[in-house]
Amino acid sequence: MVILLLVLTLVVFFLFNLLPGDPARLACGKTCPPPVLEAIRHRLGYDLPPLEQYFRFVSGLFVGRSFGDNPETAIFCSAPCLGYSYSRHQDVLDLLSRAFPITFWLTIGGFFIWIVTGLIAGIFAALKRGRWQDRTLMGIALFGYSMPSFFIGLILITFVVIKWQWLPFPVFAPPEEDPARFVQTMLLPWIVIAVLNAAFYVRLTRNQVLETFSEDYVRTARAKGLPERVVVVKHALRAGLTPIVTAAGLDIAALFGGAIITESIFSLQGMGNIAIRSVIDSDLPVITAITFVGAAFIIAANLIVDLLYAVLDPRVRVS
Amino acid sequence: MIGRLTQRVPAGSVAATGAKERPFLEVKDLFVSFPTEDGLVHAVDGVSFKLERGKTLAIVGESGSGKSVTAQAIMGLLDRRQAQVSGEIWLDRQNLLALKPAQVQALRGDAMAMIFQDPMSSLHPFYRIGDQIVEAIRAHRKMPRSEARRETIQMLRRVGIPAVERRVDAYPHQLSGGMRQRVMIAMALINSPDLLIADEPTTALDVTVQAQILELIQDLQAEFGTTVIVITHDLGIVADVADTVAVMYGARIVEMGPTSVLYKRAEMPYTLGLLSSIPRMDREAGARLEPIRGNPPSPIRLPVGCVFEPRCKYAQLTNGLSQTVRPDLVETEPDHFVRCHLTQDERQRISSEVLTALAGERASVAGEQPA
Repeated sequence: MVILLLVLTLVVFFLFNLLPGDPARLACGKTCPPPVLEAIRHRLGYDLPPLEQYFRFVSGLFVGRSFGDNPETAIFCSAPCLGYSYSRHQDVLDLLSRAFPITFWLTIGGFFIWIVTGLIAGIFAALKRGRWQDRTLMGIALFGYSMPSFFIGLILITFVVIKWQWLPFPVFAPPEEDPARFVQTMLLPWIVIAVLNAAFYVRLTRNQVLETFSEDYVRTARAKGLPERVVVVKHALRAGLTPIVTAAGLDIAALFGGAIITESIFSLQGMGNIAIRSVIDSDLPVITAITFVGAAFIIAANLIVDLLYAVLDPRVRVS
Repeated sequence: MIGRLTQRVPAGSVAATGAKERPFLEVKDLFVSFPTEDGLVHAVDGVSFKLERGKTLAIVGESGSGKSVTAQAIMGLLDRRQAQVSGEIWLDRQNLLALKPAQVQALRGDAMAMIFQDPMSSLHPFYRIGDQIVEAIRAHRKMPRSEARRETIQMLRRVGIPAVERRVDAYPHQLSGGMRQRVMIAMALINSPDLLIADEPTTALDVTVQAQILELIQDLQAEFGTTVIVITHDLGIVADVADTVAVMYGARIVEMGPTSVLYKRAEMPYTLGLLSSIPRMDREAGARLEPIRGNPPSPIRLPVGCVFEPRCKYAQLTNGLSQTVRPDLVETEPDHFVRCHLTQDERQRISSEVLTALAGERASVAGEQPA
């Protein structure tokens, strides 16, 4: 996994450094005199060969690094140093560590809503397979799945916040300070995140349950005289849980890297919003860092999912 | 929880109460069909049989002949949204098909239990075998977990699982196929069912293990007084276990009778074909097995007349009757039923020809190589 992360830094770094555009010019502005440009370029290390730049980037991750030769004007970035944003004049790690809690809570709350509704509705649909309840649910799921999240978000803001004024406009309030306000302000973003994902998980759960229905051990469970509810949840769903766990792990990880649309609609200053602005500003260190962090979450999620397999499936456990 | 709906009746008392009494199990005009996009699949087409308490019935037939569907209909395991089921299934004087699903569920695993063909896939891979049996107990009897576990260990020991204290917490994948089938048997018998249905219980097992499993089922049957239905495609194992044999072909019972009678005086050409195609050790080396030519009928378009007519060597003897008229299951001698358009004389002549030839083969081999 560590090797994978190192390979990842290599790919991410060179991917973005091969992009056209001179980062120093962007930092300095259009009417930049050549000597100043040169100085900035040198200070940020862009005059070095690419391999040297990469080495500095990686060593910065572990021991930190400083930008500039002059000890008085140099900016020191302590480990793990993700870089320095020249357009914001800010340490990237600081930037991200302020944005991450917002994305984190957005994801966790949304995940909780979508996984609960997804599982319950999926099980219910499987129990009523082929009947009108199943068809209605699947219809709603398809609707939710195909609905763009900015549309749902704008509808919710228009009605719930502006017209009916049931909830304040979402402004992130840390949960440890004011839990009630935190829930109030985050409810709409959570719903927007949950709608799209819940729709997917309803279908996934229903299909997993129906697929395991044809398994012999589900028939054995029925032959024991267990109630249908127990057959579905304890036997069919339990056996079909693995793909659901996989999908959930990767979905959470992907959202940790930034829920771009949802954050934009509600103006939440999370990872996604920062990602967009850095792309617009061509703020290369921030883009590199966000990509790296996002990919690291995916890798970590993969590892956690693999460990969960062993918990879920005794056949995977190594004695 | 709904308890057992009638009192259990001690073995033998049914027979004593007179001819009007229903037998322990009676299946009457059972029809099962599945609507599909290609048409209606007739899986069971008018099956009737009776079985007395404590006896064993073997249902023999090839894949798709309707034997497993018959068993699942008795157990109430068919999805009534997919299967159309009609007829009567009387178990211990209750018509199972007239009961509510919850009532059948209460009987399932308690009054009637089932062992399936493939022990590899019939146990839940994620739960310990002991817990799976405990679950079967507690589905029907209110009992503390520890007591259910004690009972489970006793039953596992009874079905011949070595080192039970260790195995009870094993997962299915840690056991061999034979062991898993023993676990299945323990699970089926844990609530002392009156009726046990074994659907090809030995098909997925090694030949050496097959005999052990059959013997175990017979021992337990004797011990608990269980009525047993064995479903198999292997006529070879039937002779040792069954009191009565029903031969199914094309969703119908084509011949039924006491086992010894059927082996000696089978009359239906299909049954005779099955008997001739059993591989035997005492057959002449190099002698070819006699297969039944052709393929079973499509369950969507069953033949109008006799289901076996397209493959029957003797069909022309009926002057076309077997192509147009559906034959009834008639009693050719007491308790021996045949569904065939051939006259009784023709049937008996063909029967003795085929069976004498088989016996002759055996005798000649025995003569050449005295054991």
